[in-house]
Amino acid sequence: MIEVELGRCVAAWYPGAIGVANSVRLSGGASQETWSFDIVHPDGDIGAILRRAPSGYGAAPERAAGLAAEAALMQRAYEAGVPSPRVLHVLQPQDELGTGFIMSRVEGETIPRKILRDERFAQARPKLARQLGKVLADIHRLALPQLPELRRMTAAKEIAELERDYRSFNRPRPVFELALRWLCDHDPGSPHETTLVHGDFRHGNLIIGPEGLRAVLDWELAHVGDPMEDLGWICVNSWRFGEIDKPVGGLGTREELFAGYEKAGRRVDPARVKFWEVMGTLRWGVMCCGMMQRFRNGPEHSIERAMIGRRSSETEIDLLRLLAPRGE
Amino acid sequence: MQDEPAPEELIRAVADFLRNDIAPVISGHDAFKLRVSINALDLVTRQLTLEQASDSAEKARLEELLGRQGSLGELNRMLADRLAKGEVDLQTPGLTEHLWQTTMDKLAVDQPNYASYKRELGRKGS
Repeated sequence: MIEVELGRCVAAWYPGAIGVANSVRLSGGASQETWSFDIVHPDGDIGAILRRAPSGYGAAPERAAGLAAEAALMQRAYEAGVPSPRVLHVLQPQDELGTGFIMSRVEGETIPRKILRDERFAQARPKLARQLGKVLADIHRLALPQLPELRRMTAAKEIAELERDYRSFNRPRPVFELALRWLCDHDPGSPHETTLVHGDFRHGNLIIGPEGLRAVLDWELAHVGDPMEDLGWICVNSWRFGEIDKPVGGLGTREELFAGYEKAGRRVDPARVKFWEVMGTLRWGVMCCGMMQRFRNGPEHSIERAMIGRRSSETEIDLLRLLAPRGE
Repeated sequence: MQDEPAPEELIRAVADFLRNDIAPVISGHDAFKLRVSINALDLVTRQLTLEQASDSAEKARLEELLGRQGSLGELNRMLADRLAKGEVDLQTPGLTEHLWQTTMDKLAVDQPNYASYKRELGRKGS
């Protein structure tokens, strides 16, 4: 039972903690787990989250920044005023919990359909696109020398990775070919400034409360690159959940996102944002095809994964709407 | 010749049973997986109903576009290669219409409720 190790671990660094309770595994595959638990304390319990790779699962997938880097990034973001959970502890070998970290649990909602439809978020929704712009600007302003070592990515490298993944599926998709060709022809080259890029800034990784954004999660795909990538990714149609006329996660307009970003003192390059939106749409399409591969070749035989494979056509219609729009 | 009912009729009957009689008494993660499973059965029914006509229309368009005969798989591979090499592009007569029609036919099977699809379906000429 994980509560034994967790209790021992927490007692070692949280003054006054007398144990842990209510541990629940939230998600994750074999190589990475997320647990929610409460630190039991005489002054009141503290909600916490453990993210860890159990012992024997040290190797991170090639794109991932790694849990140690994730903890460091989250901590830096928190100190800089980005809505973020506070990192409470980075796991040590004597904790016997594998590698990873423990952070404070931020209450709120991550499920897009609830955020976009429920009455309790009605006040937050009109403000969120602008707020997300501001928060992205704050993330992009974090000074690189104070961050952990991260992958450096360029548009050309991203295109090459997507093309390699797509070709490995060995199934022709003319719309993906069109998009790859468009991306190569429209590669904007080096940005005038490279910054920290969150890499997965979208619904699911944003905790929302009735008053607005509470926390940015999941720095797993963080890297150094073109800051406009994050603005393009949040505009990908796949994260609008039916609200297709509100490009920013179904919440608001690009203009609101850009205004929030620029008011925080950073410049937007709309052409680059569009480039990264096309890239992001194709990336999600390739990821859907990857799910289909894992369904077919993996041991789990999951119906959810199989059906995600059938969502790649959604990205094809979105790519056509971007690259070959039809008249009104 | 196989007997009736046809596969799509059998699958529809199974999907309706799961939807109407089983779904109301299941909860939690199993309810989610059941919903996904019913969606999968509905998708298969749509594919069995629509695939033949859309495949043969797609094949005819590809043969016209490429000036070659072949299986649907071969023709799609040929089109993919030519797109990759830049030998055909959106200026090529018929290409844009072909990609749109093929994609619309996929969405009609995969996700007919997808908002982008419904929007495009509402345009004149679709």
